[in-house]
Amino acid sequence: MRVLLAALMLLPLAVVAIDQDPPMADPQLQARYEKLSNELRCLVCQNQSIADSTAPLADDLRQQVREMLIAGRSDNEILDYMVERYGDFVRYRPAFNDRTWLLWVGPFAVIAIALVIGVRVVRRGMGEVESD
Amino acid sequence: MIFRALIPAFMFAILIVFFWTGLSLDPSKVPSPLIGKPVPAFELPRLSVPEQTLSSEQLQGQVSLFNVWATWCVGCRQEHDMLLAIADENLVPIYGLNYKDEREAALRWLRELGDPYAATAVDADGRVSIDWGVYGAPETFLIDRDGIVRYKHIGPLSAEDWENELRPRIQSLLDNST
Repeated sequence: MRVLLAALMLLPLAVVAIDQDPPMADPQLQARYEKLSNELRCLVCQNQSIADSTAPLADDLRQQVREMLIAGRSDNEILDYMVERYGDFVRYRPAFNDRTWLLWVGPFAVIAIALVIGVRVVRRGMGEVESD
Repeated sequence: MIFRALIPAFMFAILIVFFWTGLSLDPSKVPSPLIGKPVPAFELPRLSVPEQTLSSEQLQGQVSLFNVWATWCVGCRQEHDMLLAIADENLVPIYGLNYKDEREAALRWLRELGDPYAATAVDADGRVSIDWGVYGAPETFLIDRDGIVRYKHIGPLSAEDWENELRPRIQSLLDNST
């Protein structure tokens, strides 16, 4: 029983990497590659990054990222390349622009409004207690 | 006082607006950043005559459809009859982009099912398709006379899609510049 449990616990470690290609020779490039491929959405299976996806398109896009890194392109150039083709949606953290501002600002605006309302409600409650 | 009683109803109305618009969007259809831009430059061998090429320049000067397809793509089989019907109408030529496919299979497909394409380019490694922002065949682009992408349909074309989305747009493009 214990052996079985131990085996089961070790199983996740044995899971094969999705990325079949060998890591890049330059560890710095490899680090940037991993960061970029985790930030790009696979459009075929939309809740996975291209690093997580086994879709053929994700494979092609990983390849594209590698080649652009080797060609000396900057992270921003690579992200722009993807956005030009697949739109802001391809990035998990889209750039702040006239189409995405609500996405970025929205949650903070909602929190601010909630805070204002909350403060006013609490103050009014305290006022009532005092006047009683 | 009556105003305060209406606040929950008001908030509910806002929620309805958000959910209504949010849930009626289809997340599998990602708007193409290519709309309004020139077609991505490419030059690829043709499927039927590999010695010849089909290039983005040949898409200039006429209103055309550009259809990305593959024999492994179920939706492509589904829309094939529609493409044949569109080709029969002779309104606009359809250019094909055979996406990461096997040449033999693609040729057999056109032989057996009929060939709606004025010409088909072969994108064996999918590079050109990345430039076009293709993420799920079939995809159909509408291109105007100046080689500008005007519209993109994602997924199999149905008769309704043709009548409601594509034909009116094609008609207005054809009318505008004559």
